[in-house]
Amino acid sequence: MDDLVKPFREALEAIDRVGAEAVFQKALAGQSPISAVERVVVPALEQMGEAWETGAVALSQVYMAGRFCEELVERVLPPSDPDRKHQPRSAIVLLNDYHMLGKRIVYSVMRASGFELFDYGRMEVDELVERAIADRIRVLLISVLMLPSALKIADVCRQLKERGIGIKVAVGGAPFLFDPELWREVGADAMGRSAADAVTLVEGWMGGMQ
Amino acid sequence: MNSMERTLTTLSMREPDRVPLFLLANMHGARELGLSLQDYYSSADHVIEGEMRVLKKFGGDCAYPFFYAALEIEAWGGDTIFSEDCPPLCGAPIIRSAEDIDRLKAPAVLSSASLVRVLTAIAGLKARLGDRVPIIAVAISPFSLPVMQMGFDRYIELIHEQPERFERLMRVNQAFTVEWANAQLAAGATAICYFDPVSSTTNIPRQLYLETGHQVARRTLARIKGPTATHLASGRGLPIIADIAATGTAVVGVSVLEDLAQLKAAAAGRVSLLGNLNGIEMRRWTPQQAEAAVKRAIAQAGPGGGFILSDNHGEIPWQVPDETLLAIRDAVERWGRYPLDWVRDWTDPGPD
Repeated sequence: MDDLVKPFREALEAIDRVGAEAVFQKALAGQSPISAVERVVVPALEQMGEAWETGAVALSQVYMAGRFCEELVERVLPPSDPDRKHQPRSAIVLLNDYHMLGKRIVYSVMRASGFELFDYGRMEVDELVERAIADRIRVLLISVLMLPSALKIADVCRQLKERGIGIKVAVGGAPFLFDPELWREVGADAMGRSAADAVTLVEGWMGGMQ
Repeated sequence: MNSMERTLTTLSMREPDRVPLFLLANMHGARELGLSLQDYYSSADHVIEGEMRVLKKFGGDCAYPFFYAALEIEAWGGDTIFSEDCPPLCGAPIIRSAEDIDRLKAPAVLSSASLVRVLTAIAGLKARLGDRVPIIAVAISPFSLPVMQMGFDRYIELIHEQPERFERLMRVNQAFTVEWANAQLAAGATAICYFDPVSSTTNIPRQLYLETGHQVARRTLARIKGPTATHLASGRGLPIIADIAATGTAVVGVSVLEDLAQLKAAAAGRVSLLGNLNGIEMRRWTPQQAEAAVKRAIAQAGPGGGFILSDNHGEIPWQVPDETLLAIRDAVERWGRYPLDWVRDWTDPGPD
């Protein structure tokens, strides 16, 4: 099974839908859909995430791969499938900003990895805090592109803390790549350097939240 | 040397009296005048005065009458969203469906009050600065403009899935970019900063760049009647630096994500480098950190000329304090004087 990861990833990086579909079908032939997702799709996307961090893979490839994998996984693991990971209750949001691409990529990669999560679209600080509390969110993924938006995450974390709400906050986006200290400064619990990092972070937090 | 002589000397791959500093603190002009960004950019007179004060206070080697990227989209019928502490951003996309591309027509530059305001600011600065200080104007590349016209996600899909519509969009955008760049040159701009972040290998792989953004740049730059600097706005460019040089541009704006010494070696005298101070970290730099960053950049790329010190994005964030900009200026004065004899003994102390 592991030897399918490489051809699957290569097809994704070449934006070769037919090739990726063929490899995925081969993976499905010998195992359950969730197993194929976890043993082929997730590792391929993780490897692409690592390659993105070093500059070996470009954003357009990560975006197209995430979108395509989301469609593949949606087909074999619809949102109602019991194998979908509905816990911890998670949401993703673009805070204050208007640059949607990063959030869209992380959302696709999370869903392509078997997770279900709320997509809050774009929100301001107060609206986000109220909505996350109302939805009993346990993990909040915040995406930004602009520095001022990144700095506003501090207001989200402060409000959650003041109200005693134990939501784990993971942040991502360009400002955090250029300033590795920034996620701590705004009070987040973690930062992701790639979409695949978001999957790893949420999986890491899952154990303690069941 | 004055700023113009200093800049032209380094662009000819020779060492001037000191490393030129392009301090692209365009939003700081609003702060100097005590205005909101929206008020500041509503008047060419504000920008002229703001740029003159920024030049005087921080001592950079260029004027930078760049208002904001979304201003170009205003000419296409789009809206701009202003906020207190952030560069003005684009409102809703002007291309909402693929069919909109089939009907799209390039706006005439002089029919846009926003663009005319920029031309007025350039002309005003030219009247004050003459040929002593380069005036750097901005045109977004036809290849990168669609990120604002239709959203980045839909644009990536367009490139991959609808090549004919993509080509039509490039033709329409190119007509606009060429007219806009040439109008700014005619108003008094010395050079055009051709912002092309989508071409960066951060955003698309090299092969796709060669088939798309590279072709667009070759066609577009050939019709711009003045020198250009291609800026990747923080994106990576090392794997394509020779390709960018082949588009006919004189300068490449490079990222702090890449090693400046490697970039200089790859440029190999074919193109000058502009960069690559970290504008995001700059917000919290101490004067000592600012000095170390300036020193590192000069040591890596200064010898032999072909280098202009700047931030790596083409726009210094509003949040960067004046003290930091002054520390950068002082460090350039201290460490940027040619000949750079100290570089021979310099070893990189690593990150602060």
